[in-house]
Amino acid sequence: MTTKELKARSITYRKNILKYIFHANAGHTGGSLSCIDILNVLYNHVMNVSPENFKSPDRDRYIQSKGHSVEALFVVLADKDFFPESDLKTLCKYGSHYIGHPTRKVNGVEQNTGALGHGLPISVGTAIGAKLDNKKFRVFTLLGDGELPEGSNWEAALTASHYKLDNLCAIIDYNKLQITGPTSEVCNTDPIDAKFESFGWAVRHVDGHDLNKLKETFDSLPFTVGKPNLVIAHTIKGKGISYMENVIKWHHGVPSEKQYEDALSELDNAMITIPDDF
Amino acid sequence: MVRGEWSMKLTTDNSPLTNTYTLNEIIIVGAVTEIEQGKAKANLEVFSNTLQDLAQNDRDIIVVTSDSRGSGKLAPFGQKFPAQHIEVGIAEQNLVGVAAGLASCGKKVFAVSPACFLTARALEQIKNDVAYSDNPVKVIGISAGVSYGALGSTHHSLHDFAALRAINNIIVVAPADNFETEKAIQLAANTDHPVYIRFGKKTMPLLKEVNDDVFEFGKGRTITEGKDVAIIATGETVYPALQAAKKLKEKNIAVTIVSMHTIKPLDISLLADLANKCKAIVTVEEHSVNGGLGEACASYLMQHNIFKPFRIIGIPDEYTVTGSQQDIFNHYGISEEGIGKEVMQLLNR
Repeated sequence: MTTKELKARSITYRKNILKYIFHANAGHTGGSLSCIDILNVLYNHVMNVSPENFKSPDRDRYIQSKGHSVEALFVVLADKDFFPESDLKTLCKYGSHYIGHPTRKVNGVEQNTGALGHGLPISVGTAIGAKLDNKKFRVFTLLGDGELPEGSNWEAALTASHYKLDNLCAIIDYNKLQITGPTSEVCNTDPIDAKFESFGWAVRHVDGHDLNKLKETFDSLPFTVGKPNLVIAHTIKGKGISYMENVIKWHHGVPSEKQYEDALSELDNAMITIPDDF
Repeated sequence: MVRGEWSMKLTTDNSPLTNTYTLNEIIIVGAVTEIEQGKAKANLEVFSNTLQDLAQNDRDIIVVTSDSRGSGKLAPFGQKFPAQHIEVGIAEQNLVGVAAGLASCGKKVFAVSPACFLTARALEQIKNDVAYSDNPVKVIGISAGVSYGALGSTHHSLHDFAALRAINNIIVVAPADNFETEKAIQLAANTDHPVYIRFGKKTMPLLKEVNDDVFEFGKGRTITEGKDVAIIATGETVYPALQAAKKLKEKNIAVTIVSMHTIKPLDISLLADLANKCKAIVTVEEHSVNGGLGEACASYLMQHNIFKPFRIIGIPDEYTVTGSQQDIFNHYGISEEGIGKEVMQLLNR
């Protein structure tokens, strides 16, 4: 897929995220918008996973540790034909499988997440499973920067380097905001790179909204043979909707009808103005 | 195969220790002698041996430990099957998360750690990564209950039945003797379902002379039959219950002993049957009296309008008395004497 095509998808995904959050009157808006470009590149450029091979033991795995940004995952899975997009009309409704966190009842979801600090240990186990069977599949896991104080992440970080899991790629959606305020004020975890490097990981920084840079970064995996990989994706919470960007209340804010229409206009405008050289 | 040896040795015709009574009365074997003769083992050891037997023919058997290979008697496993042993260090949350990931790759994963840490510190991983995500990890709580005795409450697991009973999609098992332990491990290895198995490290005599019972999760094992009282016990408390039954027999009280090895799902048909046949019911467990086997039985009986004289023997809600496992058992009446006394009182004898 060309970067221009990816760019168009990012915009469509953002529109769908807002559409279903608006419809459900619930959702984690800011975080879904900050990580959607990463998911776009993973599902449309990087990973070998599709509805056809989803039962195959050789498929690449995606485990979303920051489970609350489930709307981003759902709109991508719908686009990849794991289920009809119209299913998302039931998001957060009585009896629906499409709840506010990933669950395996939804086709395409690998693990039930939602409690923070769980994705990395499960991903480490999955990556060990690949190594034990000499399988070539890779494991991608998306963490929020706000969940890094969970101790289980650091337990898993040790195991990952101990077992030299270069088939594991953790991505931090480094949007620098969490529900209470700036992550640096709630519990400072910077510098993240030095911490993971000291734990034996190979670390890369990337602009988490630059689709070309994301492609280049993931294309160069593994960064160092024998080391687990960390991508620190610098992102903006609420990215793409100017009145949401870097505003904490959009962590799980739901737009009013007017705000929703404004957001769609902004995205439609962005679609028209995608430069040709993309 | 270890159990084969026991069976052979235990089924000799001239055993003076075997007393067979008429139907509906007690059948008891002289289990103490097996300890003296060195035939009985700790359930922990049987667990380790069984896993090695399984791993021999199945490379998908994976053991994950948290610096617990020594306390889990798994050092030989690690030496024989290094490619089937994952060590994560002292990190129980990670232990269970990693195990879940491995299970998602089709591995038959045994996550082994002292029950006290595993089911408290890693409870959220058991709840979410194993049970809710339906990753069929075999969560193995070693040195469970008050096995660590004088090491104190940090090392006791008196909450695990209660905590895991309230979590959907996990089987909860406490095998009583070497036979049940071996069967439970074999069954768990090939069960595509999350299961928690806990046991202690004390040498446990075999409860029956001939172990030809079909072992299934969710089906209690009747050890003796008698119509005066049913004692439903689990794990290492079945043996003192059996000892108490022996003494009660001398007083003409006929006792049914059931090893209710599966706490969840509870064998409610057996429970209803016992309530129908016996005059009173006593439950015994190495667990808090809150939320364990006893309350599970009481809940079923009461909600089905079955009202029988009923007592729960376990560890009360207090700072647990200090001492060895046996000291603690004796103190709280998880003993031949304590159980016997409770039965006598319940029957007004």
